[in-house]
Amino acid sequence: MRRAGSLPALVRWVLKPALWVACLAPAAWLIHGLVRQDLGADPVKTLTHTTGLSALVILLVTLAVTPVRRLLGQPVLIRLRRPLGLFAFFYATLHLAIYAVFDHRLSVADISADIVEHPWVLVGFLAFLILAVLAVTSPNAMVRRLGRRWQRLHRLVYLAAALAVLHFFWLVKRDVSEPLVYATILAVLLASRLVLRPRRPSSAP
Amino acid sequence: MLIRRAPDIPDSDITDEGLYHTRREWLKTAGVTMAALAAPGMVQARTLQGRQPEDKPTPYDVVTTYNNFYEFGTDKEDPSRNAGSLRTKPWVVKVAGEVKRPATYDLDDLLKGLPVVERTYRMRCVEAWSMVIPWQGIRLGDLIRKLEPGSKAKFVEFATLYDPKQMPGQRSRTLDWPYVEALRLDEASHPLTLLATGIYGKPLLNQNGAPLRLTVPWKYGFKGGKSIVEIRFSESQPATTWNVAAPQEYGFYANVNPDVSHPRWSQKSERRLGEFFRRPTLLFNGYADQVASLYSGLDLRVNY
Repeated sequence: MRRAGSLPALVRWVLKPALWVACLAPAAWLIHGLVRQDLGADPVKTLTHTTGLSALVILLVTLAVTPVRRLLGQPVLIRLRRPLGLFAFFYATLHLAIYAVFDHRLSVADISADIVEHPWVLVGFLAFLILAVLAVTSPNAMVRRLGRRWQRLHRLVYLAAALAVLHFFWLVKRDVSEPLVYATILAVLLASRLVLRPRRPSSAP
Repeated sequence: MLIRRAPDIPDSDITDEGLYHTRREWLKTAGVTMAALAAPGMVQARTLQGRQPEDKPTPYDVVTTYNNFYEFGTDKEDPSRNAGSLRTKPWVVKVAGEVKRPATYDLDDLLKGLPVVERTYRMRCVEAWSMVIPWQGIRLGDLIRKLEPGSKAKFVEFATLYDPKQMPGQRSRTLDWPYVEALRLDEASHPLTLLATGIYGKPLLNQNGAPLRLTVPWKYGFKGGKSIVEIRFSESQPATTWNVAAPQEYGFYANVNPDVSHPRWSQKSERRLGEFFRRPTLLFNGYADQVASLYSGLDLRVNY
């Protein structure tokens, strides 16, 4: 009973603040680099890659919450999932904004042409749209309003993650070892959903 | 041996006006005079006027740390980190194929008697970024005349060193080593085409393709084979590394062309390293006045 009592406190006072610090670190690093003019030979590439990679990694961590929760038998860890998902959306938004502003000067015609011409841009854009829908439907009020449909809707997060990995795979020129790592992690996370069934299927949303 | 020099474009005509000034800023007192002397011959300045922002040489530390040289790794920073293992002295170059003087030359003997020229060129990577680099080197055309290709020679092929001990990237089969690039003989003989031996007045660093590399300013950067150990003249079009790896993405010609799209990168525009916004990409990388005639009658969309 002591553990059950202390874990919510641990989540609230240790894990959540740690999550905020970790998730804001890439943004802080980029801002620091911008101020110091120290983002490498191609600063926009550094901005684009760092925000894109942060979105992908945080999204995968978001997907790991439920398997880890079931593995440890600690439902309270679910409280980490929403902030993680929102941080993934935050970096995906920055990623898209940097692309739209610096690569295309916000020209809708240019961006549309690029999406049509390059399927991997389309794939990334679709992943972003899914994350946007999930972010908008993430407040408690929306969870209540959507009821059971909420869970079905939010299963789209797996599609978003798969599209994000595909987006990465597709843009790499030759050496696919890095996207392969993320594809493997995603596959393991998906497989774990099948292995680690919920203990009380009716209670946990 | 008498080396005949073809009538050539003076270096100052090929270096852009903007670059020409920047490079000579230190000559403060002579600046105005230089500009006056340089102005009439500025072939590029006309092409660029009103369309492109200024071309400034990319800083030396960027040119020497942001490189595609997969023999030393696939990240841009890998070559500058890993290329220290390459030994460039002594260096021999094998000259082979349809040529009157096939032999293995010591590099110094190969280049002996050929005038060293200075050229500042834009360098456009197929990945849609670009640099401006002040090169030193010899005109490849001068070397070709010295080597006397046979009448059957239609193409020139350049092979990079293959030695996984010195080039750790070759331990994985990222590409089909050795790296081979090739040009049509008339492209190779064009006065803009260089075999570079230095940048910024200093000998080439290993990560930039020391001691000898190809520089073809109107083509995508991957045409510029580095650390060349073999020059082969041939009758038929050689198989080139990126073209073999992904023929639908990388053509044999690889002329910079904003109208021929690449499946991964839009070629309509490019990012000059150090700048935030992209600038439009020019046909033949802005060297159309000098090189377009090489391709008259050729469908550039098919022969990309």
